[in-house]
Amino acid sequence: MRKREAILFYLTLTPWLVGFIAFTAGPMLLSLFASFTDWDLLRDPVWTGLANYQNLLNDPLFWQALNVTATYSLFYVPLDLAGGLLLAMLVRPRLPGMGIFRTIFYLPTVFSGVACVVVWLWMLNPNGGLVNLVLAQFGIVGPRWLQDPHTALVSLVMMSFWGWGRSMAIFLGGLLGIPGELYEAAAMDGANGWRQFRYVTLPLLSPTIFFNLVLSVISTFQTFTGAFVATNGGPLDSTLFLVLYIYRQAFELLHMGYAAALAWVLFVVILVLTLLVVRSQRFWVFYLGERADS
Amino acid sequence: MIKPPSSFDTPLLIPRGWRMGLHYALVGLAAVLFLAPVFWMISSALKPDYEIFSTPPTWWPAQPRWQNFSQALTTLPFGRFALNTLIIAASVITGHLLSCSVIAYGFARLRAPGKGFFFVLMLSTLMLPYPVTMVPLFIIFARLDLVNSYIPLILPAFFGNAFYIFLLRQAFKQIPPDLEDAALIDGAGTVQILWNIILPLSRPALATVAIFTFQAAWNDFLAPLIFIHDQSKYTLMLGLSLFRGAYTINWAYLMASSLVITLPVIVLFFFTQREFIEGVGFTGTKV
Repeated sequence: MRKREAILFYLTLTPWLVGFIAFTAGPMLLSLFASFTDWDLLRDPVWTGLANYQNLLNDPLFWQALNVTATYSLFYVPLDLAGGLLLAMLVRPRLPGMGIFRTIFYLPTVFSGVACVVVWLWMLNPNGGLVNLVLAQFGIVGPRWLQDPHTALVSLVMMSFWGWGRSMAIFLGGLLGIPGELYEAAAMDGANGWRQFRYVTLPLLSPTIFFNLVLSVISTFQTFTGAFVATNGGPLDSTLFLVLYIYRQAFELLHMGYAAALAWVLFVVILVLTLLVVRSQRFWVFYLGERADS
Repeated sequence: MIKPPSSFDTPLLIPRGWRMGLHYALVGLAAVLFLAPVFWMISSALKPDYEIFSTPPTWWPAQPRWQNFSQALTTLPFGRFALNTLIIAASVITGHLLSCSVIAYGFARLRAPGKGFFFVLMLSTLMLPYPVTMVPLFIIFARLDLVNSYIPLILPAFFGNAFYIFLLRQAFKQIPPDLEDAALIDGAGTVQILWNIILPLSRPALATVAIFTFQAAWNDFLAPLIFIHDQSKYTLMLGLSLFRGAYTINWAYLMASSLVITLPVIVLFFFTQREFIEGVGFTGTKV
């Protein structure tokens, strides 16, 4: 009976295993092989050893791409967490109308992809875009946003507030899981609004913050559509994200080997960052009813 | 009307008096910021050419040009693009529902050595975003001569997706096992249990998977960009991105087509808000 159940389990697992080998593990190995070759898909790959990785270290565009991606992540992630939490706290109380506000804040995440980028391309247009028109009402001459190398990356960070609804929804789920008695107990002990937030909400929400942090970091390192559609990496490579650079090397220049090396670097960066966040859990993530490091 | 406070409602969560006014002011301000792009999109979509860049600016067109919509959508074969996108979305939804429910059932209910290992391995693939594997996947599908077909976009869906497997596993685990025990005594097999008991009781979770998959397939850009080259096979998002090649951008048309293209997902969202928002929220809380 026990054996039958185990066989059945592996039977249900088979589709995933096949898919894992065919679409994840296999491609990763192929990519590792490709990263040691010069391969344009028209001819057979030529083994070049570590040449791709050496070239990468001397490639100013690679460093620019890494720098752009890391800078974006550094600003995007804290803003996404703080913004999402703020929105969740705002729509959490059972007050009339909160359901509508919840919908309004979540709505833009539905606009993901090209449509969202197109809207912001127009919003931030120096002539005729709403942002500069509103600034002009106050006598301010707005910057050229996405068209200026100094403000292009800032503009992409600024646009990202429109996606806070996703982390808001996750935080709302977390807030609902905090037992109300804890607030009552805190109130009895004389803890007011801020202290309740600091000593009840934040610690109990830390697993959710952790989850959002991981999700947010991984998503920033895959940024592509915004940079490709809105600025195409420009002006002056100021928005050359890593994935956009991989895309160019692979599909515009057919440097499959070099692109594979870049993709492996991207993978290692994401892996290291995720592990760092996971390891940091024990210092700040608090699980109700268990110790974080157990 | 304010509902009577439950055990959830605490002094912090229910503001009163002037704090309540401040609360509404803050939420209202945020809502204005979030809605401004949508307002500007609709307003611009309805403007005639000369009003788009006019000074002083017009916040709303004096005479809305509704024909912008029909004209914007006929400049490119958007009907064809919509059909292509629907074919892909329907296939990917079918694939995810079939594969993920079978795999999730195994993880939720069956005991086997090595299950924990595979569960962690499966979850860790969430850390492996598409850009990391897109280069080798392209090489493989190019070798198989499948580039410029929908196979590279559809086929992987039939082999499960870590996120949806996880979501369904959580839902399946909440179904009381007594129901299955009763069915087992009646001589039902695993397939019957899954089909007759587990799946009907998990409709909300299955709906969440279908909705998320639809949204992801509808909005996907990178994968179609890599694999689809013929314009006749383009998806809506690829079609929309064609403006990049234009010498001058007709903003009114671009806004009009963006609106129409997003409309199906917006409509779906309004009818299935609970699944959307709770589906997202749910993933963060119960592991």
